[in-house]
Amino acid sequence: MLNKNIYLILIISFVFAISFWIGFNVNLLPAEASINAPIYDELFKILFIIGLIIFIGMTIAVTYSLFKFRKRNDQIGDGIALEGNLSLEIVWTIIPSIIVLLIGLYSYNIYDRMGGMKELNHNHEMMSSNTEKIWAGISQNSDNEIAIDNLSIEVSAMQFAFLFNYPEGNFISGELHVPVDQKVSMKMESKDVIHAFWVPEFRIKQDIIPGQPTILNFTPTKVGKYPIICAELCGPYHGGMRASIIVEEDSDYNEWFNKNKKPEVNL
Amino acid sequence: MTISIDPQKTNNESLQPKGWLRYFSFSLDHKVIGIQYLVCGFLFYLIGGTLASAIRIELASPMSDFMPRDVYNQVLTLHGTIMIFLWIVPVVNGAFGNYLIPFYVGARDMAFPRLNAVAFWLIPPSGLMLVASYFVEGAAQSGWTAYPPLSITTPQSGQIIWILSVLLLGGSSIFGGINFIATIIKLRRPGLKLMQLPMYCWAMLGTSLLVVLSTPVLAGTLILLSFDIIAKTGFFNPVLGGNVVVYQHLFWFYSHPAVYIMVLPAFGLVSEILPVHARKPLFGYTTMVFSIMGIVVLGLVVWAHHMFTSGTPPWMRLFFTIATAFIAVPTGIKFFNWVATLWGGKISINSAMLFSCGFIINFVFGGITGVALAQVPFDIHVHDTYFVVAHFHYIVYGGTVFIIFSSIYHWFPKVTGKMLNEKLGILHFIITFIGFNLCFAPQHWLGLNGMPRRVAEYDPQFQFVNQISSLGALLMAISTIPFLINVFLSVRNGKDAGDNPWNALTPEWLTSSPPPVENWEGEAPLVEEPYGYGK
Repeated sequence: MLNKNIYLILIISFVFAISFWIGFNVNLLPAEASINAPIYDELFKILFIIGLIIFIGMTIAVTYSLFKFRKRNDQIGDGIALEGNLSLEIVWTIIPSIIVLLIGLYSYNIYDRMGGMKELNHNHEMMSSNTEKIWAGISQNSDNEIAIDNLSIEVSAMQFAFLFNYPEGNFISGELHVPVDQKVSMKMESKDVIHAFWVPEFRIKQDIIPGQPTILNFTPTKVGKYPIICAELCGPYHGGMRASIIVEEDSDYNEWFNKNKKPEVNL
Repeated sequence: MTISIDPQKTNNESLQPKGWLRYFSFSLDHKVIGIQYLVCGFLFYLIGGTLASAIRIELASPMSDFMPRDVYNQVLTLHGTIMIFLWIVPVVNGAFGNYLIPFYVGARDMAFPRLNAVAFWLIPPSGLMLVASYFVEGAAQSGWTAYPPLSITTPQSGQIIWILSVLLLGGSSIFGGINFIATIIKLRRPGLKLMQLPMYCWAMLGTSLLVVLSTPVLAGTLILLSFDIIAKTGFFNPVLGGNVVVYQHLFWFYSHPAVYIMVLPAFGLVSEILPVHARKPLFGYTTMVFSIMGIVVLGLVVWAHHMFTSGTPPWMRLFFTIATAFIAVPTGIKFFNWVATLWGGKISINSAMLFSCGFIINFVFGGITGVALAQVPFDIHVHDTYFVVAHFHYIVYGGTVFIIFSSIYHWFPKVTGKMLNEKLGILHFIITFIGFNLCFAPQHWLGLNGMPRRVAEYDPQFQFVNQISSLGALLMAISTIPFLINVFLSVRNGKDAGDNPWNALTPEWLTSSPPPVENWEGEAPLVEEPYGYGK
């Protein structure tokens, strides 16, 4: 009996060890280029490790049972008439419930840190007092929700392109240029069907819906050029509906902005 | 005035065709209808599989070069619709349900045999109509989700035919659901208690409740959508003041429970198969029953997790995260109980057992990614990417389709009186298992790294992984060859199975194989312990 327990403990620690090793050493995600990305990757790592422990554990249990309890040629008759074990079943109801609840609370915390729990459309003051928070979500249409100290951009999506309107410079661009480390607030609206704005390196996505503007805020942290991908089936050229987001140093951004800026037209 | 109908005449055998012709008739025999469902479903599986191969060929190269882009969208729409509505739902519910449920409750047929036949005969015409819509003006091309406004703006004839055929298939599914509920509740043999029923009955009871509660919502939604398309109403059309997000709520109110309509019967089937081949009672019968009902209840209140990137307020996202993640608890109980059923058994390693164990491993994987996807912040990045494609194929293919094959290996001797060839069966399992995992496991990485779903073209950096995936798809296509050879050879020259080759205790094995028209020559046996192995 003691021997059996030692084997069990050994196997469990092996499963944990290998899951943690894989979880910390195998990177399945693209580069991190926004404030959201490291927060997301933290959640991913935890879920990845827990998932690996459960998956490897179950796979070992199934293959071991198949091997150990396989019917030998000389065997006749049935296995043991074991119809259940209430305490065991209570254990494997309660433990997964706790794990699921903890994951839920943890992901709530992650979501809150991403700024997802804020009611953007109601309270303007709350917004500006928490400007460092990132809000990767949506709110209903309202005009005062974009805080003043952000870079505000209006995104319009259509089959099969994105257009980025810089209201401060009075121009429209097909490429999204943003300065690094500054919060960007986008108000997005679709001209025809549903599209989605996805930047994998930023770990953010938001549907762009016709007739219902959506808001997406993010803060890029790494200079570079990243793809903007439409993630909602929008027609034959859906796969080709791409744009680029170019994250630049402040000076480069200002140079680009001033070059494209159109003077106010006074009538 | 009473009309007396002579029971001998209404069920007169001489009015029904005999032999193979029965399968092409409006037969009222639940066993014939079950086989009709299965064969019809399998033919559509071959069509849907061909479409899947076309998708994987297109995706073997980063350019859109194999077929025109609008045809690609039609192919992926038809692939999804056919696999869900014409293969998995009719087969795990209609085929096995019709064949097995009357045996399990000790009845001679389903409660409403004519309704049953109508439910089946709605399927071939609507399926053919759906496939034929390609030749009219092009098939529907807005995905199986048919989100407006895309579904309103794409060519109309294809979309309308798609709506009509999904409505008919939904009707068929509702008829079947009503029939199963009535049969399980009202047609039980005297003396048979609910808690003595084989687990598949419970699974079908839960599934049928979901069908009856949620399918009408889909029907209503699609009728409104068809009004928007034909009559230019504005329910979902933003140009006319409609709201596209409302459609998504209504659609997923059916289509998330649809996932349980596809997997709960598989949970029931595997609960029948494992005890027989492991020679052990099903572990934890009562908790299994409660977990099925728990999944049914929770399954109805999680739909908005498909809409985390649509217009949903934060509190709603939070509620649906927690509700969705909690489905893992009753589901987890079932998986632990199945492993406990294997533990200490005398397991015959045969095709049915291998496919069932493959199901456990694949489904656990799909369940884990499912819990991850339920978390809003996690989902926001991977929503509508290949990660999701991989996840739900692990559930519906790695889960349900594996169980369909397992069930075919398990019940083939019952239906035909012949055994399937085990060597070909194990070969079928090995190629399917490797091909499936090769095809779908790499797609998780694709989704995480920036490949959205439903695209005909992608970044060249994803080419290698996509080619691995396509290779897996090729293996999956090849894997049907040993299966088909096996079935055709065994039907003709298979080894005689006898009445009960597995020494099983569930009621369908306590009669001859194949069973007589009214299931038992005499009284239906009272099976109080369908899993009483080792006693």
